[in-house]
Amino acid sequence: MSRIKLATIWLDGCSGCHMSLLDIDEAILAVAEKADIVYGPLVDAQAFPEGVDVTLVEGAVSSREDLNNVRMVRARSRIVVALGDCAVTGNVPAMRNSIPAAKLLHRIYVEGSQTNARVPNQGVPPLLPQARPVHDFIKVDYHLPGCPPKPALILGLLTELLNGRAATLPVVKFG
Amino acid sequence: MPEAGQKKVSIRIDGELVQLPASHTILQAAAMAGRFIPTLCHFDGLADAGACRLCVVEVSGVARLLPACTTPVQEGMSVVTDSPKLAAYRRMILELLLAERNHVCAVCVSNGHCELQNLAAQLGVASVRYPYRYPKLPVDLSHPRFVLDQNRCILCSRCVRVCASVEGAHVWNVMSRGIHSMVVADLNDPWGDASSCTGCGKCVNACPTGALSEKGQAVEEMMKNTAQLVTIAMRKAVRA
Ligand code: SF4
Ligand code: SF4
Ligand code: SF4
Ligand code: FES
Repeated sequence: MSRIKLATIWLDGCSGCHMSLLDIDEAILAVAEKADIVYGPLVDAQAFPEGVDVTLVEGAVSSREDLNNVRMVRARSRIVVALGDCAVTGNVPAMRNSIPAAKLLHRIYVEGSQTNARVPNQGVPPLLPQARPVHDFIKVDYHLPGCPPKPALILGLLTELLNGRAATLPVVKFG
Repeated sequence: MPEAGQKKVSIRIDGELVQLPASHTILQAAAMAGRFIPTLCHFDGLADAGACRLCVVEVSGVARLLPACTTPVQEGMSVVTDSPKLAAYRRMILELLLAERNHVCAVCVSNGHCELQNLAAQLGVASVRYPYRYPKLPVDLSHPRFVLDQNRCILCSRCVRVCASVEGAHVWNVMSRGIHSMVVADLNDPWGDASSCTGCGKCVNACPTGALSEKGQAVEEMMKNTAQLVTIAMRKAVRA
């Protein structure tokens, strides 16, 4: 069997889901036997490649950059997994959603700042009006809720997918 | 509560014959047959309101689904408590509840001890297919000991009923209609200003979610003493 191409991507989340993935400890070796990690914060790759088998998406879709990324992920991946509450529900990043983005940025970077009070607009992607779950924008094949999802759940899902099986996910906790 | 010697009826719950007094509900019959029907607004010892619709069942000969908690048993009734159709509707109800207000479990006082969250997992909700509304809602911190967080309220009215019928204070009511419905204290006063509140905490313990909690509880720390409150409510119901 040819090696599986596995990618991960970090949108508007705290990186806790990626930490939970690393928390599968030595089982990561079994994953590495089956799969090449071809993109994500855990590896050095510069660009998201074509023909990825499985992509784990951490975080809500919060900025224009997140939106472009998540569309690219869908176009280039066979299976997309929404990993963790931010990707599944919007979670903490979505707590800004009832406040207009411009007002929020002004409150934090102008009113809340002692020095150099201005809303940053260089080198940072513009915010979308709301941070929303991944499945609001693209088709998601598997949802794995949890803040973060338990390592055993991530490993369980990966084991099924890396062996080419459709995974059945028991929901042990929502949110 | 039924009188002794009251006329009994026979019904079938998932094919099993159950005999019980005519004043009982399908939910009570299902409990006698050992069948689990998910509920949110039902609370043992309180009058049922039929607010959440999670307990819907199929009754043969009736085209629509009926709430088990408010439908009295009738002679010859045949009830199905679980089916793919019921499971689909119950999931839909939970998803609508989660999309309606702001449920951010990761930062909620009730995370890990919440009836809504537990049922979502139990009934297989892995994501919410309806667009989240993200409404802007107030948190009432005016009471010296308790908090009302409207973001987490599912309008089950358990607080309204326990305060009125067990404590006898009737502090709570549901104001407005439809999506604008809101639990309010007295005449829409801050809870701390509600002179009718005795501070007994029954509403807090009856609340299935993180909407009502004790002050000073951090994320995951709010555990409701449901069992004790059920005992009190049942005693009161027997006397009434
Ligand atoms: S009330 Fe329950 S479902 Fe809502 S945020 Fe709190 S724990 Fe989650
Ligand atoms: S604390 Fe007691 S009296 Fe006050 S609102 Fe709650 S149930 Fe009613
Ligand atoms: S505050 Fe709690 S008990 Fe009262 S209606 Fe809302 S969810 Fe139900
Ligand atoms: S439990 Fe029956 S309608 Fe809520």
